[in-house]
Amino acid sequence: MGLRVGVDVGGTFTDIFLLDESANKTFTAKVPSTPADPSEAVIAGIEKACRENGLDMADITHVMHGTTVATNAVLTGNGAAVGLIVTEGYRQVLHLARGFVPGALSGWINFVKGKPMAALKYTIEASERISAAGDVVRPLDEAKLRADLQRFKGSGIGSITISLMNSYVNAEHEKRVEAIVREELPDVSISVSSDTLPEMQEYERAITTVANAFVKPVVSRYVSNLKNNLEARTGEVKLSILRSDGGLATAASAADFPVNLLMSGPAGGVAGAIWVAKQAGFPNIITFDMGGTSTDVCLVEGGEAQVRRETVVHDVVVRASSVDVRTVGAGGGSIATVPELTKALRVGPQSAGAVPGPAAYNKGGTEPTVTDANVVLGYLPADARLGGDMTIRRDLALAAVQKTADALGLSVEAAAEGIIRIVNENMFGALRLVSVEQGYDPRNFSLMAFGGAGPLHANALGRLLQAWPVIVPRGPGVLCAAGDATTRLRDEASRTMIRTLDGIDLGELKSILDELEQRVRATLDVEGIPADQQEIIYQVDLRYAGQSADITVAVPPAEFAEHGLAKASERFDQLHEQMFNFSLDKAKELVNLRVIAQGPGANVGQIELAQGDGDVSRAAVHTTRVFDQGAWHEAIIYDRRKLLAGDRINGPAIVTELDSTTLILPGSHATVDTVGNLLIRDDR
Amino acid sequence: MARIIETNTTPWPTVDVDPVTLDVIENALQNARVQMDAILFRTAISPIIREQRDGFPVLTNRDGMMLAGQFGSPVDGFVDNYDGEVSEGDVLLTNDPYACQGAISHLNDWLFCMPVYYQGRLLGWTAMFGHMSDISGMTAASMPVTSSDLLQEGIVIPPVKIVSKGVLQKDLLRMAMRNSRTPDWNEADFFAILSACRTGAARLIEMADRFGPDVLVSAQDQLLKRNREAMRSLIVSTMPEKKVVFEDWICDDAMGFGPYKLGCEMWREGDKLIFDFTRTDPQSAGCVNFLLNERMFKMFCGQFMVNVYDPQIVLNDGYIDLIDVRIPKGTLLNPIAPAALNGRTHALGRIFDIISGLFGSANSDFLVAAGFSDSPHFMYSGFDKRDDWFLLFQIGFGGIPGKPGGDGPDGHSLWPKFRNVPNEYIEAYFPIRIDRFESLPDTGGPGKHRGGNGVRTEYVFEVEGEISIHDDRWLTYPWGVKGGEPGTRSRKLLVRATGEQEILPSKIDHIFVKPGDRLIFDTWGGGGWGDPLERDLDAIAYDVEAGLVTVEGARRYGAVVSADGVVDVAATEVLRAQMRAARPAPTAFNFGPPVEELRASCVAETGLQPPVDPKPSPIAIAWFRKQGKAAPLPQRHAAE
Repeated sequence: MGLRVGVDVGGTFTDIFLLDESANKTFTAKVPSTPADPSEAVIAGIEKACRENGLDMADITHVMHGTTVATNAVLTGNGAAVGLIVTEGYRQVLHLARGFVPGALSGWINFVKGKPMAALKYTIEASERISAAGDVVRPLDEAKLRADLQRFKGSGIGSITISLMNSYVNAEHEKRVEAIVREELPDVSISVSSDTLPEMQEYERAITTVANAFVKPVVSRYVSNLKNNLEARTGEVKLSILRSDGGLATAASAADFPVNLLMSGPAGGVAGAIWVAKQAGFPNIITFDMGGTSTDVCLVEGGEAQVRRETVVHDVVVRASSVDVRTVGAGGGSIATVPELTKALRVGPQSAGAVPGPAAYNKGGTEPTVTDANVVLGYLPADARLGGDMTIRRDLALAAVQKTADALGLSVEAAAEGIIRIVNENMFGALRLVSVEQGYDPRNFSLMAFGGAGPLHANALGRLLQAWPVIVPRGPGVLCAAGDATTRLRDEASRTMIRTLDGIDLGELKSILDELEQRVRATLDVEGIPADQQEIIYQVDLRYAGQSADITVAVPPAEFAEHGLAKASERFDQLHEQMFNFSLDKAKELVNLRVIAQGPGANVGQIELAQGDGDVSRAAVHTTRVFDQGAWHEAIIYDRRKLLAGDRINGPAIVTELDSTTLILPGSHATVDTVGNLLIRDDR
Repeated sequence: MARIIETNTTPWPTVDVDPVTLDVIENALQNARVQMDAILFRTAISPIIREQRDGFPVLTNRDGMMLAGQFGSPVDGFVDNYDGEVSEGDVLLTNDPYACQGAISHLNDWLFCMPVYYQGRLLGWTAMFGHMSDISGMTAASMPVTSSDLLQEGIVIPPVKIVSKGVLQKDLLRMAMRNSRTPDWNEADFFAILSACRTGAARLIEMADRFGPDVLVSAQDQLLKRNREAMRSLIVSTMPEKKVVFEDWICDDAMGFGPYKLGCEMWREGDKLIFDFTRTDPQSAGCVNFLLNERMFKMFCGQFMVNVYDPQIVLNDGYIDLIDVRIPKGTLLNPIAPAALNGRTHALGRIFDIISGLFGSANSDFLVAAGFSDSPHFMYSGFDKRDDWFLLFQIGFGGIPGKPGGDGPDGHSLWPKFRNVPNEYIEAYFPIRIDRFESLPDTGGPGKHRGGNGVRTEYVFEVEGEISIHDDRWLTYPWGVKGGEPGTRSRKLLVRATGEQEILPSKIDHIFVKPGDRLIFDTWGGGGWGDPLERDLDAIAYDVEAGLVTVEGARRYGAVVSADGVVDVAATEVLRAQMRAARPAPTAFNFGPPVEELRASCVAETGLQPPVDPKPSPIAIAWFRKQGKAAPLPQRHAAE
């Protein structure tokens, strides 16, 4: 029986999670990451895990992982040189974008706009036009197109995208342009908007198609290298990459539609959190992943992450489904400032990053950061270990936070506490955004904290949000890898179809759904998943006729067969009421149809922890002091590795482990569950 | 004057609020405002709110002082003009600019205002306005350019209680909706705004629970004080006591009169900044009047200053007593009721150019060029192919001005939050095709940082219908600064299916169109910032290869460039030296030719007749006669 491997490539470490399904056993390994070619660490890690546990690499059948390769290509602008073919009159579609200027009134004074992802120089217009009804208004001028295409010869453009007006209704011209490009420029790769995203809105469709082409070569190269290197050692494996929406894509589909991987990294964190939540028996969680520069949060209900129909990477927004992870620029490295004019305390969005880093890290940073405030308050003890050998200098943290204290006229402890409260408030805003603002009551959720800094702030955020218990899982990197290994293969296909629900032809709808279903099933067929193990879900995006935002409503195929969209329409009203406090007695409109196919999940046994004797003193390291609510308190530091199931730790206390530190506040306590999670609750 | 009913009249004690709690509360207030916006945009149905995002939220303290928002507080206007009791659960509504001191500027903007109570005591207010697509009146979309009084512009709703003690007044709502050509859109937008106000109120109440009501109320006072102190030092340190003067123009009033001068003098006395609009022309008999709300103007000034000096400052109404705004009654910016207001978008926009002009004259740190100080409107209505009545209303974008930090983007919005409507959406829902949507090369004013290009939109009509247009800057230029040159002017050309061409005035109603007719709608470019001869050659090369500046246009920067964007450096140096030697010394502002010259060349350059000097409006003549005075005539000073 084969081995399944999950891999999480982090900034510092690459974590490996091995699952022997038949023996119901799991194994882990950790190796340093290799940023230049992340696949090196992946191979090294798998080798290590096999070596240390006496496993044969040849037994590996499935390798699954989340990757930031696509994300980094966008962030660094290091993607393919992309050419673009648009309808005449729309050459500047990416340049004008939606005309949006960020910021408040007069915000334009500080707005500097970046250049389009496909250069204007290499954007050409095809003389053609299709109407919104799908009729040909002007036929394609093929001779002109062929002549214009000569411009790309010798230009270094390796990838051409085609995005014509109204192609979501009628793709005939796009297909014809594609054929001509293939004839004229046989060596370039081609992306066609009606394949990538057959949905309304010319800018969104174009940018999504271009972003796909932009990251495609980088991602294909990475995926094929990894697969070849793996198979040289293991024989044939099924390699899957985690999609932004939390499902797994086959290596082939990942290489064809890499735009679906832009949030693969954060989706891995969420997948891991879902895995832990399932093990711990908490189906409703809000994830809280606080790192050095930013914090990601996501709401998971009934073991399913919320998914939204867009992906945001820096200033690039594309129409691709992604787990609804909201990011706020608040992290351990966020810098505290007190502007001269207002004397207000601000934390972030500027960050000290890894270099120079917080003052306490002694790498040249002198500005007060959130980490420094944690050090001053004793939350991050000077002898805590950070990824191994980094030491913490309390004196440098004190000196940095003293600047804030002086500017505010407060004691250094009060200033540090202020920094923590402000940064917590910023993160609280993001947590509300995914919960309260979407109509979810956070009291029905648990807060799951991970990331380097998450467990330090989790208890305080649990109090703000009233989401209990606060769950702090073991080893966050392993958690992501485990999530990857246990996630289901997934594919989706969608199509815009705008119709009022009253006048809809269910037969027409069914034939489109069948066609979409065939496409997604084909993807899973290739992976050898038997048809009876493929789960099919329909989704419809509905809105009140003319409304801006649509709401996605899931429709099981059996329900569709019996009731059409009647039940979905009722659920839409309920959701609208839940999210916005009102519903309307108004015609509804179907916007998009989608079919999702999922493969079976893996069987995972629990990683059980031995039962303790009730005496937690075995894990106590020494006593320390923490500052909370204006006073110093005696606290105990515990070594997480020595904690056993059933242990109870009363706050104030600090629990340290290799790559994170958990703070338990006075008035709270933590218990250790059977799989090793810390469950923090308030005593009140 | 409204009587505010509180069942609990215990006074609010002042309690200590530590500085950190103060910042946490400030942050929470901003979050509440963001949430109000999010609710509105997700649930509104009309394209004008859902896509273009024309709606703005406010949270205030119990005295109606704005704590979060960007257009100042409308609460005073409501309280002063509503005759009756206001209690918990009430929501007030008006669309009458004259009944709320101009907190909204035309009848399409419906303003909701909701008192927020905590245990029987007034805690604060939430308010929000949104643009309703049609509210009856002479033309579809209710923004006739030919109106001569307010009542021609649609239904006027005085301040009324639309929700009374939590109960929606359905009769009132029915009446309001009956007075619209787009009742479905209006009704959905109505509930969206109401829901947003309630969300804001719920957040305020949660904050009182969380921090304690006394702490919240005391913190509100401190936030106002803190902001006042910050703005005080900004005013004292950056604004001169010496008077500065700035004048700009509204080109015409759709009735053949113009241009109208907007003139203002600004100076500082101690820590107070005074704006005197006495130089502004008398009100118009047409629609271009703009009832300028003082608080809104103060907020515009504050926003401008913090965006230059410290964009992290969160503005509130705390500093409004530091700014003194003097606008004589009977002028374009303080018209006597019931003067028509629907062309107010031009003066409203131009106020931003006035603010940059004044601040830039006072302190060159503030100097930015003139730009897209308007929102050009396009309206098209009729019966579509299914014989259903339709109304398309769009706001156009244009060239953002050149500024110290870089070029003005091409074809973007100066208004916060606004986004253009996807053309595929328009084509799917309206009988129109958009054959061209791009920014026009060379329309941005040359400068070290160039102005953004204006936008060309080419509409092809598919059914018979009627169009209206509101635009400006067709006669006067969007000026450049510090050696930067003006952007080009706007232009509208109608090309009939028969091939006939017709240049349309920038403000026009009742143009009938037929299938196949084509409207070429060009907006204007932003002015340039800094000397174009100092513009970076790489930037010029990029603009040329990208098609944003032509080879010929590049010569205005003294650059010799080939069609594929290769700069001839030697030839450029020679050309720049020649141009430098031949030109006069650059001035702070470059307005283009003076008004008399513009008039003289008007027909030749624009194809339109020049406007003539404005005459007093009958409304103003009568009002002044009652005071025993003659209505004033436009004064023509030269800028000092």
